[in-house]
Amino acid sequence: MNINMTLIGQTIAFAIFVWFCTKYVWPPLSNALNERQKKIADGLDAASRASRDLEQAQEQAAQTLRESKEQASQILEQANKRSAQIVEEARDQARAEGERIIAGTRAEIEQEINRAKEELRAQVSHLAIIGAERVLEASIDEKAHRKLLDELAAEL
Amino acid sequence: MAAGNDVTPTAYIQHHLQNLTFGNHPENGWSLAHSALEAREMGFWAIHLDTMGWSIAMGVLFIWVFRKAGKIATTGVPGKLQNAVEMVIEFIENLVQGAFHGRNPLIAPLALTLFVWILLMNTLKLIPIDYFPELFMRLGVDYMKIVPTTDPNATLGIALGAFFLILYYSIKVKGVGGFAKELSLTPFNHWALIPFNLLLEIIALLVKPFSLAMRLFGNMFAGEVIFILIAMLPFWAIWLLDVPWAIFHILIVVLQAFIFTVLSVVYLSSAHEQH
Repeated sequence: MNINMTLIGQTIAFAIFVWFCTKYVWPPLSNALNERQKKIADGLDAASRASRDLEQAQEQAAQTLRESKEQASQILEQANKRSAQIVEEARDQARAEGERIIAGTRAEIEQEINRAKEELRAQVSHLAIIGAERVLEASIDEKAHRKLLDELAAEL
Repeated sequence: MAAGNDVTPTAYIQHHLQNLTFGNHPENGWSLAHSALEAREMGFWAIHLDTMGWSIAMGVLFIWVFRKAGKIATTGVPGKLQNAVEMVIEFIENLVQGAFHGRNPLIAPLALTLFVWILLMNTLKLIPIDYFPELFMRLGVDYMKIVPTTDPNATLGIALGAFFLILYYSIKVKGVGGFAKELSLTPFNHWALIPFNLLLEIIALLVKPFSLAMRLFGNMFAGEVIFILIAMLPFWAIWLLDVPWAIFHILIVVLQAFIFTVLSVVYLSSAHEQH
C-alpha cells in the first residue's frame, strides 16, 4: 500500500497503451464501422428506391390494364352497334326486295289476267259467231254484224 | 483459507494485501521484499512487480484482441470477435459523443483504452483470491496480489496520466495566459479575489485525478477485503456469501471502469472549453 515507483511505471504503461490504441487499434475499427454504416445506409436507400419504383410500375400496369379494358369494352360496344345496324339494314333490304318482288308478281298476274280476259273475250266472240251461225244456219255477213258482235263481246 | 490453518486471520489478511515489491532496501540493497515492513522500508524506490505485471498483461491482452479485430475488420458481415469489439467501440463512441464537446481524435481511443483496460484489471478480482497467491507461494514467490486496481499506485498512475492530458489540453486550447486567467479569475471575477480563486481552482484541479484514483481504488480494495474476509469462513460456508458478492461485483467491476472513463472524458471536455 506504499506509494512508490509503481506510480510512474503505471503512468508510462498507460501512456504507451493509449498511444498504441490511438495509432493502431482505433483507426481500422472506426473506419470499418463507419464504412459499414455508410454501406448499410446506401443499401437501405437503394431498397426504398426500388420499392418506390415497383410501386410506380404497379400503378402503371394497373393504369394500362384499366385503359385496355375500357378500350375493349368500347370496341365491343361499337361492334354490337355495327352488327345491329347491319341486321337492320339487311332487314330493310329484304323487306324492300320482298315488296318489289310482290309488286312485280302482282303486276305480272294482273297482266296475265288481262291477257286471259282478252283471249276469253276473243274466243267468246268467236264462239258467239259460230253459235249464231249454227242457230241461224245462215251465213251472216261477218262484216255487216261485226259492230254488233264487238258490242256483245265488250259486255262480257 | 487455503494457506493453512496455522496462519492467524491478521496474517492472512496482511499477506493477501501485500504486493510483491522489488526495491532498494537500505540493508539488503535491490531485492524482493520478504515482509510488509521491508517493503515499507524501501520507500519510494520500489516497484510492485505484481501490479505492473498484471496490468501490463491486461493492457497487452486488450491491445492484442482489439488489434486482431482491427486487422480482420471488414465492412461486410462481421465475425463474432469483430461484433463484440465493435459493440465496445460503438459504446465508447456514443459515450464520447455525449460527454465530450470538442474535436479531438485522441479522446475516443483514450476512453476505449481506459474502459477496457480498467475493466480487464477489475475483472481479475473475480478469480478466487487464493489461487494465484497460493500458486506463486508454491513457486517460491512470497506475495502475489493480482488485481492492479486494488493498488493505489496503479489507479493514481492512470489518473495522473489523465491529469497530464487535462493540463496539456488546457494549455494548448486556452494558452498559458488563458489557463492562468481561468484559474485566477473564476469563479469570482475581481482582482482582489485572485488569491482566493487560485486556491479554489487549484484545489479543484488537483482533486480531479485524486478523486478518480481514490474512487476506483476504494471500491476495488473494499471489495477485495470483503472477499478475503469471506474466504476465512469454513470452506463449506464460503459460497453462501462469496457467490452473491461475486455476482454483485460483476456490476461493480463494470461500473467503476465506466465511471473512471466517463469522468476522465468529462474532465478533458472541460479542459477544451473556452470561457
